[in-house]
Amino acid sequence: MVRMPEHAGPARSVVRTVVQVAGELLVTAGLVLLLFVVWELWWTNIDADNAQQRAVATFVRDASGPVAPVAAPGPASGDHGAPVVAAEVNTPGTVLGVVYIPRFGKDYNRPLVDGTAPEQLNTLGLGRYESSAMPGAVGNFAIAGHRQTHGAVLDAIHTLVPGDRIYVQTRAGYYTYVFRNNEIVLPTQTDVLLPVPTRPGARPTERFLTMTSCNPRFGSAERIIAYSVMEAWRPASAGPPAAIASLVAATRAKGR
Amino acid sequence: MYGWIFRRLPGPLWCRILTSALLIAAAVLLLMQFVFPWLNQFNPLNDSTIGGSSQP
Repeated sequence: MVRMPEHAGPARSVVRTVVQVAGELLVTAGLVLLLFVVWELWWTNIDADNAQQRAVATFVRDASGPVAPVAAPGPASGDHGAPVVAAEVNTPGTVLGVVYIPRFGKDYNRPLVDGTAPEQLNTLGLGRYESSAMPGAVGNFAIAGHRQTHGAVLDAIHTLVPGDRIYVQTRAGYYTYVFRNNEIVLPTQTDVLLPVPTRPGARPTERFLTMTSCNPRFGSAERIIAYSVMEAWRPASAGPPAAIASLVAATRAKGR
Repeated sequence: MYGWIFRRLPGPLWCRILTSALLIAAAVLLLMQFVFPWLNQFNPLNDSTIGGSSQP
């Protein structure tokens, strides 16, 4: 115990009050920071999941065509000709389609929107780089999504195995991409978005899908890039590929 | 400070406990709905785009 001299009484009580208030404010600041972490890592996912499932249900409900695969007309079954590519909308926030990635879970479907600004990625998940190609086009169709927070739409991007299918549904139909490889780059390496990724000036002949997300998980020092190439396409009138047909049907039933 | 606020609250003890719980809930709601979404734009940890120098 420290005994204070008698004459220090009022001054000591002022100091005491100041220290106590400062301490309570610091404890409060600590709790608020903890709450921010809870909000960021937990609540934003709940918020974004709801918004994304609503957007997916609305899009699939309004999409034309059957929800079960229809055999292709013509001699070569399964060949639907050159894919139809939608015109660019270039209006950030427009829902362009739905992305299905069975590797991320058999119920995984997320909306695809135009634009990669925080307003799009923080609510609707997967955003198309507006400088990139449209789904199904020759060139590089590039999308970004969060690894963590706001739905964590690409959290499992590192679990993709070469040969995994990524299905993109638009109003025109279904594009099937096959995952080929991933790489980890610095956030400044924009050449992954080129028409032929990392090959400046090259003329594209293939239809690429490039997905970008944060790396490592819970950090953003690097970016993880997943490259896929288009394998097949089905017009909306031919119905979805068999692998996602039940999910498309369930989603449409939910939107009704 | 919180003790001072608690003593200023009206009513019997159970009423003051209830009021302070409501005040805490209101503060949490205000933070989660308005303050954190605004604060989020300064968080550099969740930029998942390439070449997004214009986006913090």
